[in-house]
Amino acid sequence: MKGVAAVLGAMALPAKDAPASVWESFFQKNFRELSPEDLKGVLARLEKEYSEKYKKAVTVRATPPVEGILYGYGLDLSRCIGCRRCVYACVGENNQSRDPQIHWIRVLQLNKERGVDLEDAEQYYNPSKVPEKGHFYMPVQCQQCEHPPCVKVCPVQATWKERDGITVVDYNWCIGCRYCMAACPYGARHFNWKKPGLPPAEMNPETHYLGNRPRPVGVVEKCTFCIQRVRNTPGRYPACVEICPVGARKFGNLLDPESEMRYIIENKRVFILKEDLNTRPKFYYFYAT
Amino acid sequence: MPMKMIWGFFKGTLVLVAKGSKAYYVWVVTLLCFMGIGFLAYLYQLQHGLIVTAMRDQVSWGFYISNFTFLVGVAAAAVLLVIPAYVYHWKPLKEVAVLGEMLAVSAMVMCLLFVTVDIGRPDRFWHLIPKFGILNFPQSLLAWDVVVLNVYLVLNLTIAVYILYNLYHKREPNKSFTTPLLLFSIPAAVSIHTVTAFLYNGLAARPFWNASILAPRFLASAFCSGPALMIILFQVIRKYTRIEIKNEAIFKVAELIAYSMFINLFLLGAEVFKEFYSNTVHLAPLQYLLEGLKGHNDLVPYIWTAMIFNVSAFFLFLIPQTRENYVTLNIGCVLIIIGVYIEKGMGLVIPGLVPDTLGEIYEYSPTGVEILLTMGIWATGLFVYTLLLRVAVPILTGEFFVGEDGRTAVIVDTEFIRRADHLAEQSYRD
Repeated sequence: MKGVAAVLGAMALPAKDAPASVWESFFQKNFRELSPEDLKGVLARLEKEYSEKYKKAVTVRATPPVEGILYGYGLDLSRCIGCRRCVYACVGENNQSRDPQIHWIRVLQLNKERGVDLEDAEQYYNPSKVPEKGHFYMPVQCQQCEHPPCVKVCPVQATWKERDGITVVDYNWCIGCRYCMAACPYGARHFNWKKPGLPPAEMNPETHYLGNRPRPVGVVEKCTFCIQRVRNTPGRYPACVEICPVGARKFGNLLDPESEMRYIIENKRVFILKEDLNTRPKFYYFYAT
Repeated sequence: MPMKMIWGFFKGTLVLVAKGSKAYYVWVVTLLCFMGIGFLAYLYQLQHGLIVTAMRDQVSWGFYISNFTFLVGVAAAAVLLVIPAYVYHWKPLKEVAVLGEMLAVSAMVMCLLFVTVDIGRPDRFWHLIPKFGILNFPQSLLAWDVVVLNVYLVLNLTIAVYILYNLYHKREPNKSFTTPLLLFSIPAAVSIHTVTAFLYNGLAARPFWNASILAPRFLASAFCSGPALMIILFQVIRKYTRIEIKNEAIFKVAELIAYSMFINLFLLGAEVFKEFYSNTVHLAPLQYLLEGLKGHNDLVPYIWTAMIFNVSAFFLFLIPQTRENYVTLNIGCVLIIIGVYIEKGMGLVIPGLVPDTLGEIYEYSPTGVEILLTMGIWATGLFVYTLLLRVAVPILTGEFFVGEDGRTAVIVDTEFIRRADHLAEQSYRD
């Protein structure tokens, strides 16, 4: 019967006359096991494949973590107005599927009377104008846990935490079992239920292997703090930080005592989401005013 | 020489499965049709992606994993029947053991198929194989599950094939080989179900699963559904083949089901009490399951059906008069199989995911593709069990054995599924 499973598996395998690159991608090793030469080859292959598909010069980098940096994120709940510009800036920057829509950031509308009560949260609020009276807004995305439950459960180590604290996914290694989605307490992981619909005109050609490069069908993806931006020298802020019209989003190096993030943690009223689960997020909600 | 003997046996089994009564052919062809439909459904799913199911980010596991969970229980409990068979010295011990192990093998095959159809990238299954890929053992409970399920499949197949191959050669199976393996299969059966329970249990993000009582509940309910299925299979087998299974054994199994069901209901009650009395934010999933939440109550009728079925079956099996009456006994078995299928399937998986971690309620109900594919896998399991029985039954009844030359197989039984009157005539003659 395993034979039957193998035959079924074979149905999904590349066809005999498939180009060599398809087989290369089929036999590709886990990202962390690639030698520097292997990696070079993989990046070149992907660049060629994406450039042809999206009809523009696409770069795929694998910039490693910058030494001495541990990324931290701050979100000022007293400022957020729930406009969702961050959601769509993220979609554009990170090449999420437009059909069906995948959003790495989800903004919850909450009642001021009830506080942070997730059972009372509304994601699909749609008034003509925000913020609405009596409500406040809490965007949720990957909390980049120090103890990520999603990493622990992955049966094939297709997801891991990098030295700079960012949890990443190797889209070429993920088998699509979705155990990480069951394990994540923040709904931060999203699955490609269908071949992602990404119009070439809207495709962002500056990509990172572990971040915003186009994803295949049947794998899981998540927020990477815009790994393709923040690891560059000089680094850029994540797209959501950059777009926020009210300055509710902060980003910085937790290891740098002079950073804005450290100032916030030391001087503002800060909380983390689902503290009791001991996931130790590096995503800090705070009230600046 | 041994190669030739094994080849002779193998050739004999091929001839055997191709021969049978009309009823056998009708049954097999029906199963093949369902398997074909299921296969087409799978091709459709491969082509379009898992979007053709009703699963989404909020409810990322559904009908496939529900069936998987239920069947792990069946596989575990089928083998655990060996314990009472030993303890109470049921006469056809070998038969009970072999039939149970074959059910376990078939259920395991279905489990592996359900997991295969659920994953997004079946082409990357080799990533799970150590050396070629990376099996995240012992970190991931899913890695544990892959290991124990495959060990269990191989173990049961080995024991059953070894016993049958010896009987075919008219030798008593070597006890010093079978007994340790049979004894090992008992903790193995417990472990597959425990590991599967832990797979859910270990997720702090899902309060409905993150309760220590989950693994004991898994075992208790498996001890209900597995044996209930065996009682029905025992009756079918003894009616249509020449294998005899005593009433006494069947009634004893039914009694054991009553105790297991009591423990199952008690543990469920303990869970319900804790959640409702303490009334924390963790109550929501149980509320969604039992009463509905904010007007969403798709699961409510199912779970209450399961409750009523389980409680009714408990009383039917507890009272000796109804336990030892085949009409009420079989009603009880059907009630339990359906009851546990709901409770340990959708009733377990879905409330773990609804409401989701950010409080959203997405009501999941399987699509046509999911249902057809599921039926196809069930048909595959029954098909496997049928073929295994087709070989095992004539060996056990001495109608399929090695000939004088020690190589060629002798096949006496060419019908397999026989008419009852034909059989009655025979047993009268015996």
